[in-house]
Amino acid sequence: MSSLTQPGTAPEWTGPAIFVEEVHKSFGEVKALCGIDLVVERGKVLGLLGPNGAGKTTAVKILTTLLQPDRGRALVEGRDVVRSPAAVREIIGLAGQSAAIQEELTGRENLDIMGRLYHLDRETRQRRASDLLERFDLVEAADRPTKGYSGGMQRRLDLALSLVARPQVLFLDEPTTGLDPRSRLGMWDVIRELVSLGTTLLLTTQYLEEADELADEIVVIDRGRVIAAGTARELKNRIGGDVLEFSVVDRGRLGEAAEAVRALSEAEPLLDTETGRLSVRVGDGGSHALVETVRRLDALSIPTEGLAIRRPSLDDVFLALTGHAAEDEDAAAVTSGRARQRAPRQR
Amino acid sequence: MTTTTVPPLVAIDVPNVPLGQRARLALADTITLTRRELYIWFRNPAFMFFTIIQPVMFVILFRYVFGGAIPVKVTGGYVNFLMPGIIGQSAAFASFGTAISLARQLQKGVIDRFRAMPMARSAVLLGRLAADTLRLVVTLVVILAVGYAVGFRFENGVLPALLMVVLGVAFGVVICMISAYVGLAIKDEESVGSFGLVWLFPLTFVSAAFVPVSTMPGWLQAFAKNQPVTIVIDEMRSLALGGPLVLHAWQSALWLVGITAVFVPLAVRAYRRAT
Repeated sequence: MSSLTQPGTAPEWTGPAIFVEEVHKSFGEVKALCGIDLVVERGKVLGLLGPNGAGKTTAVKILTTLLQPDRGRALVEGRDVVRSPAAVREIIGLAGQSAAIQEELTGRENLDIMGRLYHLDRETRQRRASDLLERFDLVEAADRPTKGYSGGMQRRLDLALSLVARPQVLFLDEPTTGLDPRSRLGMWDVIRELVSLGTTLLLTTQYLEEADELADEIVVIDRGRVIAAGTARELKNRIGGDVLEFSVVDRGRLGEAAEAVRALSEAEPLLDTETGRLSVRVGDGGSHALVETVRRLDALSIPTEGLAIRRPSLDDVFLALTGHAAEDEDAAAVTSGRARQRAPRQR
Repeated sequence: MTTTTVPPLVAIDVPNVPLGQRARLALADTITLTRRELYIWFRNPAFMFFTIIQPVMFVILFRYVFGGAIPVKVTGGYVNFLMPGIIGQSAAFASFGTAISLARQLQKGVIDRFRAMPMARSAVLLGRLAADTLRLVVTLVVILAVGYAVGFRFENGVLPALLMVVLGVAFGVVICMISAYVGLAIKDEESVGSFGLVWLFPLTFVSAAFVPVSTMPGWLQAFAKNQPVTIVIDEMRSLALGGPLVLHAWQSALWLVGITAVFVPLAVRAYRRAT
């Protein structure tokens, strides 16, 4: 099967695939973006992580020429989104938050219309449609109206539509929001495959786990500002990494158990004497810590329940970086006397 | 990783596509989207209902249920009076589909996707209007066929009859332009549907579509006589049945041109801003 993407780029541009400098955008009184900077090297994946209303979708819309920034500069493969929007549109693909497919039409018809709008000849259109249907596991459903597709199938088709012209730079806005866990895993596989072919990708997500799975680098944004950037590992280490958790069946031995795991981490174990729950941040040495814990507790004959390594969630990251939880966005905005940070039309 | 060390980057300039080629591509895009709208229409039973079955029901309802109670002074009786009115009313109501479909595509992100693609900005609206035009022709032909079956006859010759159909379609397309703006500006499918009722019902029913305006109370007549639906329908009646053509002809033309001049720029602006 031929590759779906076109890693080759305009020869005269040697800079990063995406370059965003001091971009501001307001909707009336609401500041959606307050000076965002982003750089994505060619062939890399940037995960833009943040809660609802953080400004993720606004950033994507500016980069895909759907919105104009109030201030600042945004270049996609060196093409300015304000001065040369047509040139930007030539090389990008966009899959938004909802499946932008036509329900009355079949999967193949949806793909064919995309191909026509990119002015591909008939043979190329048919070949690309077949390739994409096969790659996205939609061959059987190809000639049925997409109304009957499952949520996961609709989103896969939506992603396929954004790839018909083999974009050099792809934007995925919350590609798995609203999908069940199995469909989410399927979507991740598809995205990983794309990335392995060298497409530059900017994806937004509310899930740290998703950014972790897919992105080379993560930028955390909150209320229109970049509050942290780095690899998933760096971010997790900043907040203390993975969490080891278990309950001690005999509450009386909680202190003994805490003593046993203390040496595994620089962080102090957290005890909940009510429930007998014990948790400790173990950095990225999770599996070693797990084995050690089992061994030590076994040697002391302390019975436990629900022993597990938990990865830090977006909530953990937010709590650590901003002092407020991601879910508290509205409450936090109210208490600080600010308008709700929600761009219009953002679901 | 992102901030300080990047040297100032100078954007590359990409030459514009020549005008002639742009126009050719815009035409191709419009044809693609027209086909797309027609596919959707054929696949969607609700749209079929509103554009074909509902007008036919109106013909039968007014011809046989209300018609007997409405005296008119027209050759051939009420059915001849009725048909141009039904055509005007159906053409206006057909625009519902335009508003709802554009609002839905906006909500689902289809229009965002189009706007982020290298296609002609005008193609979405033009394709929609082209498909609406074809749809209106089909609707009018079906209505006229049913009309003939229940006793309607053109009394004024072939050319005026054809001109009546052309005027009916042109009127419908112009109303679709208003609806395109409404759909893109309101954006929410359900609100668009409700709002459509609010302006389309009074406009079509407080008119000469189904009853002679002279039967209405004076204050209502003032509106009913001078509003565009009445003027266009009166002109269609004159074309179909014979009667004074000139005054209503240029009044109709003025209304159609006027509405186009106001609502096309509004719809285009709403499309550009919609996201």
